[in-house]
Amino acid sequence: MAMTLNDDQNMLRDSARDFMASEAPVTHFRKFRDMGCKDGFSHGLWKQFAEMGFTGILIPEADGGMGMGQIEAGIVLEEIGRNLSPSPFLTTSVAAVEALKLADKAMRDRWFPGILAGETVIGIAIEEGVKHRPEKIACVATRSGNGFKLTGQKQFVVQGASSDMLIVAARTAGAAGETDGLTLFAVDKDAAGLSMEATRLVDSAVAAHVKLDGVQVDADAIIGEVDGGWSVLSKMLDAGRVGAAAEMVGVGTGAMDLTFDYLKTRKQFDRVIGEFQALQHRAAHLYGEMEGARSIVLKAQSLMDEGHAKAELYVAAAKAKAGLACNLAVREGLQMHGGIGMTDEYDIGLYMKRDRGLNEFFGDAYYHADRVATMNGY
Amino acid sequence: MSDLETFRAEARAWLEENCPVEMRTPAKGDDDVCWGGRNFVFQSEAQKLWLEACVAKGYTVPDWPKAYGGAGLSPQETKILRQEMAKLGCRSPLNSFGIWMLGPALLKFGTEEQKVHYMGQIARGEIRWCQGYSEPGSGSDLVSMQTFGEDKGDHWVVNGQKIWTSYADKADWIFCLVRTDKANKYHGISFLLFDMETAGVSTKPIKLISGNSPFCETFFDNVVVPKDQLVGEINRGWDVAKYLLGHEREMISGMGGDGGVTSIGAAMKAVLSEEPVLRAQMALFDVDNLTFRAHGERFMDEWKTGKAHPAYSNLMKYVGTELNKKRNELVMSIGGSQALEWESERANGGSKARNWLRTKANSIEGGTSEVMLNVVSKRILEMPGA
Repeated sequence: MAMTLNDDQNMLRDSARDFMASEAPVTHFRKFRDMGCKDGFSHGLWKQFAEMGFTGILIPEADGGMGMGQIEAGIVLEEIGRNLSPSPFLTTSVAAVEALKLADKAMRDRWFPGILAGETVIGIAIEEGVKHRPEKIACVATRSGNGFKLTGQKQFVVQGASSDMLIVAARTAGAAGETDGLTLFAVDKDAAGLSMEATRLVDSAVAAHVKLDGVQVDADAIIGEVDGGWSVLSKMLDAGRVGAAAEMVGVGTGAMDLTFDYLKTRKQFDRVIGEFQALQHRAAHLYGEMEGARSIVLKAQSLMDEGHAKAELYVAAAKAKAGLACNLAVREGLQMHGGIGMTDEYDIGLYMKRDRGLNEFFGDAYYHADRVATMNGY
Repeated sequence: MSDLETFRAEARAWLEENCPVEMRTPAKGDDDVCWGGRNFVFQSEAQKLWLEACVAKGYTVPDWPKAYGGAGLSPQETKILRQEMAKLGCRSPLNSFGIWMLGPALLKFGTEEQKVHYMGQIARGEIRWCQGYSEPGSGSDLVSMQTFGEDKGDHWVVNGQKIWTSYADKADWIFCLVRTDKANKYHGISFLLFDMETAGVSTKPIKLISGNSPFCETFFDNVVVPKDQLVGEINRGWDVAKYLLGHEREMISGMGGDGGVTSIGAAMKAVLSEEPVLRAQMALFDVDNLTFRAHGERFMDEWKTGKAHPAYSNLMKYVGTELNKKRNELVMSIGGSQALEWESERANGGSKARNWLRTKANSIEGGTSEVMLNVVSKRILEMPGA
């Protein structure tokens, strides 16, 4: 595939760009943050996402969706990132849909219509510690009745308390540290024994600590194969990772554009500060890092869409690089803004907070650089 | 099958049949590379056969027009051919500043006669070229150069000195910036071609920190250059030079990671597994390396479709050369005391140390990293100021 967007993709980019800029710009984010919204996003906006066709972008056409790939989902995510638009898009329409695509028809029919309509929100309940360690999952599912009983705890479940269903990864066999023996379950939010504590994060997103205290689920709640959940989990995680990377390209680019505009207008010593070579070189270096991030993310997306054997390696590299570049963009951005960068009134700080959240989501840059090393044979 | 798939199958079959097995392994060093030219001595029969096969097919310069020695391939076909060559591990049949730098400039600025004559010679590997740009007092500030060509009607008489002329002592001809108008700084430079055997041309190799001498000082003492050896318009050589520097930057950034996407970490596992901090540095390097490959691929796809910013090659040059320096720092760290050995056979004649030192020039030659950042900042980011 050529590493450029085609005409259809450019059209999608234009419409996503216009939509986010007019319906969900940074002022929209501020409004919901300042009202202390318990969800951390607007259900009205989620409906609008559906009207635009965004919510079903990865849902197969046979299931009523757009049947598009990671490149297209990434186009929407970049605009979400640029505008800090709060939505369940990454967790629900990207990660959850990628898992549900591998589920049976009954499960797809149960959840896809609500996602397509912008009515359903799905939380991803994977993490059990403060860092991303999917292979260390210890939450237990023991056979009970015609299904399983789930016991354990999960955390960093973004929008968990606003979700209609949680995708829960639990161990049906084996020991923590093994990839075999995991199973994914679709757990209804009202299931007995399920409790959640919603907690606000630095970037104003709301995440949940989840307790599973003998939650009974039927066999039809299983996504994929019993004990063979790792392959579904890997696909779901990789979609979430490359999606988070695309969103970080948007966050980093948004922060960079704000900063470059500031360099061209702020005057000190009777000169626009963008005239100073000390800042010009840092700006140019940052631009190069962001361009690199944009390239590796596009490469990873296209390899995933092709089902290429190297997709996993490139997704790890893309999550790492986008994380490092976006982090540089917000740090340089805040420093170059000077004192006003520290104020709540200016947006650069909001970008810094969002970067932090996305960097941590589904594994940070160091976690993924380590995976690159392992996959490269050392 | 689509046309491109058919082409891929044909290219692969041709390579299988024509690329000698010995040419499907990486070159062992600079001495093992085919540079062509009047005085070139082939290192092996396979090297000679491989060059001849490619010359006949137009594959030394696959994307050049057939009339000038190429195969007239489209950008997509060229990409496919390179992919197939990479899959088989085929060496480049011919390395040449003529291919990388002068050819593209001639294609844009040369007369039809010049294209047929000089590009044909380049494609066939008959003439080895060197580049006369930098002068002792004109490095980053290249436009201040002084080498002067005095107008004598049907020819110029050139006097002056160039420096950092790559392989001038091995080259047959030079493409050279010569001042033809002392009153006009930018519009007073012409782009001339001349034979290094012309009376009055002499070279002196410069010994570098690597112990090798890939560069020379080049002296011109009343060198006669006929007027038909001018490329482009008189006094507009700066336009040609700038265009060509763009290609040089692409070339250097392309060299920027000679290992491709393949990690050098696997072969170093024994060391890396015992040094977690070094392994972490290697891992972060691999992330940057994969990024640079994807970036280069995206840049070339945008460049070929006219979507890339004209100054973008400056960015690639900066990123690629800094990356290559980092790679060589890691190679030295992983190699430990053996990488310090300067002459032993065990250390392949000090190749790691010499390569490491050589790469320090990557971010100086063809425009320093600092000049690249200036250009990116002003032309792409449109930062204010002079």
